[in-house]
Amino acid sequence: MEVSTQSTIQADVKTQVKNKKSTLLSRLRENRFAYFSLWFLVLIHIVVFLGPFLWTVNPEDLQQAGALAGWSLQHPFGTDDLGRDVFARMLTGGRVTLVVGLGAMLCSLLIGTVIGACAGFMGKVVEAVLMRLTEAMMAIPTFFFVLVALTVLGTSPLMVVLVIAFSSWMEIARVVYGETLKWKQYEFVEAANASGATPFRILTRYIIPQIIPSIIVAGTLTIAGAILTESAISYLGLGIQPPTATWGNMLQNSQQYIWTAPVLGVLPGIAITVVVLAYNFLGDGLRDALDPKFVKK
Amino acid sequence: MLRFMINRAGQSAILLLIVTLITFFLVNLAPGGPASTMRMEATEEERQAIVEKLGLDQPVHIRYVEWLKNALQGDLGTSFTSSEPVIQRIMERLPYTIELTIFTIVISVILGIFFGVISTVKRGKAGDHVINFVSVIGLSVPAFWLGLMLILLFSITFKWLPSSGVGPRGAEFELWGWISHLIMPVLILTTTVLPHIVRFTRSSMLEVTSQNYIRTARAKGAKESVVLYVHALRNALIPIITIIGMLIPRLLSGAVITEAIFGWTGIGTLIIDAARGRDYPLVMGITVMITIVVVFCNLIVDFLYSRVDPRVKNV
Repeated sequence: MEVSTQSTIQADVKTQVKNKKSTLLSRLRENRFAYFSLWFLVLIHIVVFLGPFLWTVNPEDLQQAGALAGWSLQHPFGTDDLGRDVFARMLTGGRVTLVVGLGAMLCSLLIGTVIGACAGFMGKVVEAVLMRLTEAMMAIPTFFFVLVALTVLGTSPLMVVLVIAFSSWMEIARVVYGETLKWKQYEFVEAANASGATPFRILTRYIIPQIIPSIIVAGTLTIAGAILTESAISYLGLGIQPPTATWGNMLQNSQQYIWTAPVLGVLPGIAITVVVLAYNFLGDGLRDALDPKFVKK
Repeated sequence: MLRFMINRAGQSAILLLIVTLITFFLVNLAPGGPASTMRMEATEEERQAIVEKLGLDQPVHIRYVEWLKNALQGDLGTSFTSSEPVIQRIMERLPYTIELTIFTIVISVILGIFFGVISTVKRGKAGDHVINFVSVIGLSVPAFWLGLMLILLFSITFKWLPSSGVGPRGAEFELWGWISHLIMPVLILTTTVLPHIVRFTRSSMLEVTSQNYIRTARAKGAKESVVLYVHALRNALIPIITIIGMLIPRLLSGAVITEAIFGWTGIGTLIIDAARGRDYPLVMGITVMITIVVVFCNLIVDFLYSRVDPRVKNV
């Protein structure tokens, strides 16, 4: 008996989530910018991840064309100050940039969700401590700490991802906290509690599935912020180090060659802007699609 | 009212304590500790002498307590790289950052409220879409890259504006020299906060205009302009005070990048130098000062808020 009630409720919750997802996509379609951004992002990820298999020029090889060569069939975007193929570096650099963005987003989702959900679900002292911590982190200029942390801890890609994640989980924690407070009052949670489900199970099987749409929105916007932070620290020379290319560190030396090879300075900047723009549009579109208040009439 | 302020001051003190604690341990638990990275050419004996002089042979928690004791008496230690007192180095730089951020805040608030209100008035029309689109672009462009493009355009191509520095100061002060050095840094820093104010003003205005008393005002036959600018805007402004408080950390983070692009000798370029040079006392000092600035700004915002909105006093 107990098992069957639980599984019915669970099935209910699952269909609820499913319905929410399908309406989400169809509502997203109404927002042209967001819908276009979604497909653009899919495309750019395919290009960047599959591209290096098709364009087999080594991005770290000093080519024979010489430094700062103009465009040619061998080098569609020319070569950089060390004679490396810019097109190949754009592709592999995009890979690193996007992976850092996604990785930082996943880590901060994990931190933010755990902190927000624990604070909302447990209440009392845990809530007070975790939420004060979140507010404290929001109140300080995190970029100062990112700089200090990277000089102290080193600049390996993993460290860059972790440091960015530790400086950007607060918004997610607040969203998850608010939603957890809301959902834990519902009858199906009470029913689960009455039928003897453990708190961990209630949280992971009943409450968090309800919050997933909000988490997706917050995550999308977090990627945008993470990519910007990565490019800023790379510009300051504290991000992922050359010869590994990222769109951010490709800009690092471009300032000196802005006249002889404007492509070096313009191209990675445009790539970052367009991808971040798309993530922002997608995030905004998803938020509007989820928020009944902002549905277009 | 007094209780509210005391409460806030207490919270601020705890925030400061947490920040110093995290930074201190982060800096001191680095592989090899602070002594390993000072002056590479130093011999083992010299290094040992420095370690003992700075008390680095003590355990971390004892050093933290020592540091805190000194800091409470206004002594933030001596900079590794220049042997000047940390507080002096910070105080030389801080006014420049404050100058930059104050100009940015004033301009962003005026423009932000202006465009936010226009966006509400033209809701769903072309004007609203354009403002929204430009706001998202402003949020998406890497500030340093936009700065490079502006330098390329205004400093290199047209030669209108200087590309770096804070301009003539002190005895050689000259109005145009000062303003021309400020324009691009303020512009770049503005792009990092303006979109937030525009969007927040818009949603705050939309929230207020759906209230009953606005409907009453319209039903009374008040002119639309009176309803919007007199009835709605006044109440919409209250939450905008909060968002300005929340944007101050973002503004200071943005200042680091902006100062780096334009060679602005503020606290942002100082932390970059301090971090690169592993000047740990300076790093600690800057984090403390910057947190004090933020805390101070938040106290002002809270105070303004409780003045403007009497309901807050009871919180």
